[in-house]
Amino acid sequence: MTFLGAFAIFFAAIFTNNILLTNYLGMCSFISVSREIKTSVGLGAAVTFVMALTSAINWAVYHYLLVPHLVYLRFIVFIVVIAAFVQIVEMIIERVSDVLYAALGIFLPLITVNCAILGVSLFMVIRDYTFIQSFAFGLGSGLGWMLAIIAMAGIRQKINKSPIPKGLEGAGITLIIAGIMAMAFVGFSGMIAIG
Amino acid sequence: MLTELLSAVGILSAVSAVLSLLMVIADRTIANYGEVTLIVNDEKKFTFQGGRSLLSALTEQEIFIPSACGGRGSCGFCKVKVLDGAGDYLPTELPHISAEERNENIRLSCQLKVKKNMRVEIPADLFNVKQFRGVVTSIKDLTYDIKEIVIRLVDPKEISFKAGQYIQLQTPAYDLADEAVYRAYSASSPPSQKDTVELEIRRVPNGICTTWVHDYLKEGDEVLMNGPYGEFYLRETNRNIVFIAGGSGNAPIKSILMDMAEKNIKRKTVYFFGARTSKDLFLQEEMRVFEEKLADFTYIPALSDPVDEDKWEGETGLITDVIDRRLDMGEETEAYLCGSPGMIAACIKVLTAKGIPEELIYYDKFA
Repeated sequence: MTFLGAFAIFFAAIFTNNILLTNYLGMCSFISVSREIKTSVGLGAAVTFVMALTSAINWAVYHYLLVPHLVYLRFIVFIVVIAAFVQIVEMIIERVSDVLYAALGIFLPLITVNCAILGVSLFMVIRDYTFIQSFAFGLGSGLGWMLAIIAMAGIRQKINKSPIPKGLEGAGITLIIAGIMAMAFVGFSGMIAIG
Repeated sequence: MLTELLSAVGILSAVSAVLSLLMVIADRTIANYGEVTLIVNDEKKFTFQGGRSLLSALTEQEIFIPSACGGRGSCGFCKVKVLDGAGDYLPTELPHISAEERNENIRLSCQLKVKKNMRVEIPADLFNVKQFRGVVTSIKDLTYDIKEIVIRLVDPKEISFKAGQYIQLQTPAYDLADEAVYRAYSASSPPSQKDTVELEIRRVPNGICTTWVHDYLKEGDEVLMNGPYGEFYLRETNRNIVFIAGGSGNAPIKSILMDMAEKNIKRKTVYFFGARTSKDLFLQEEMRVFEEKLADFTYIPALSDPVDEDKWEGETGLITDVIDRRLDMGEETEAYLCGSPGMIAACIKVLTAKGIPEELIYYDKFA
């Protein structure tokens, strides 16, 4: 049952409860890095990796250290854990592979301040997920975020040559597209219920 | 209540401490590449902590690789030939590297990190020279055909040079020049004045750079130059000094004199300055001031063709004749000459006849 639950949460996090398009989290890097599909894939992969692992680490920190008396400290503790984790991952990638570092490394500092990462850890607490479910939720949310940014990059590459009103160029049109995408994703809602 | 508060503080501190410890350990182990050695052109050897970009490592050793974008990997100027110690090409390098350059191991030094011992090859002329961007803050006439221009340095903001050295000023393409050209001018400002460079530029009929400076250049214009260059600077000895200059050849001598005054160098010094008429003389007051500032300094201007209205009471005749008459410093003397090749050749003859060995005669020839 737990396993099935985790599976459902994984898919729900990608489609019905996409953290970017239904919760509108992680907007900053979503808008600034979605100009090209190639860089979007890089950032998406890095976000997925960090989200999956930090949700697992934060689950352990929350349940073994903060419960029962100190749950109000979760905001600070989660942020600190995420920041430290990202730093160490960056060092490891740099050491192990220059090519992977060139592809992912530049995005890692951006991720430290990506609110979607903190959002995943906080939802996991609110929805009272088990460890497996939290990991599945983190992984699914990361993939969902990646899906959304790649879709956005595809659209932005297409509209590059389109006549866009001057005032809407750049972030303006991107926000409108994100809104339309979010509406499209509403079509998935209700298929799977989580939390 | 108190225990809860204390445990909150305790747990938070513990979490922070553990994470900090992890970071420190990671920094010491994962991110520690140890000391690496960088060998440049098989001559120079530098040792430093590994893990930084090749460009910043070279810049720290005062080897300036051109880089217009400042190391962001967008201009592609900072190419360096890496003989060994580099890994595979990075995706961020590839847009700037041609297949030919790949075969020669040309790398983009701002992207390449030095993680182990590395050997690189850099063109020798890049070693000392820097490119400067500056703004002309003043242009003033010293004589009817010599202008003094003052350039305030913008990037880099400071220059270090030895008094007497020259820079190359860029003349952009204009009516007389199809493409940008560089011409050499000695700084007339002292080395202690690091944020500006002063030049004395004499109009040469149809000269590409001098015409541009005299007729086109305005205050507030941006100029490019590079340098410093040259072996024309005061040697650190205790010998007497003879300076000989004509026209704008005054510039490096003035720089050296100002430097001597600041450093309180008390060597016996004489300065012969040759001109045609009093119209060609300039900065006379400043030179007289040096006679007071310096311990033992004589300024001897000489006119070769004084006209009546000059009311000239100083030395007359060719500069060589004046030197022959007035110079009496013995053999323990160094000479510094700046002027036209003809003047320099004639002066060397007179000086050697006076017993000054040729190897102690230093000069800057302006063709």
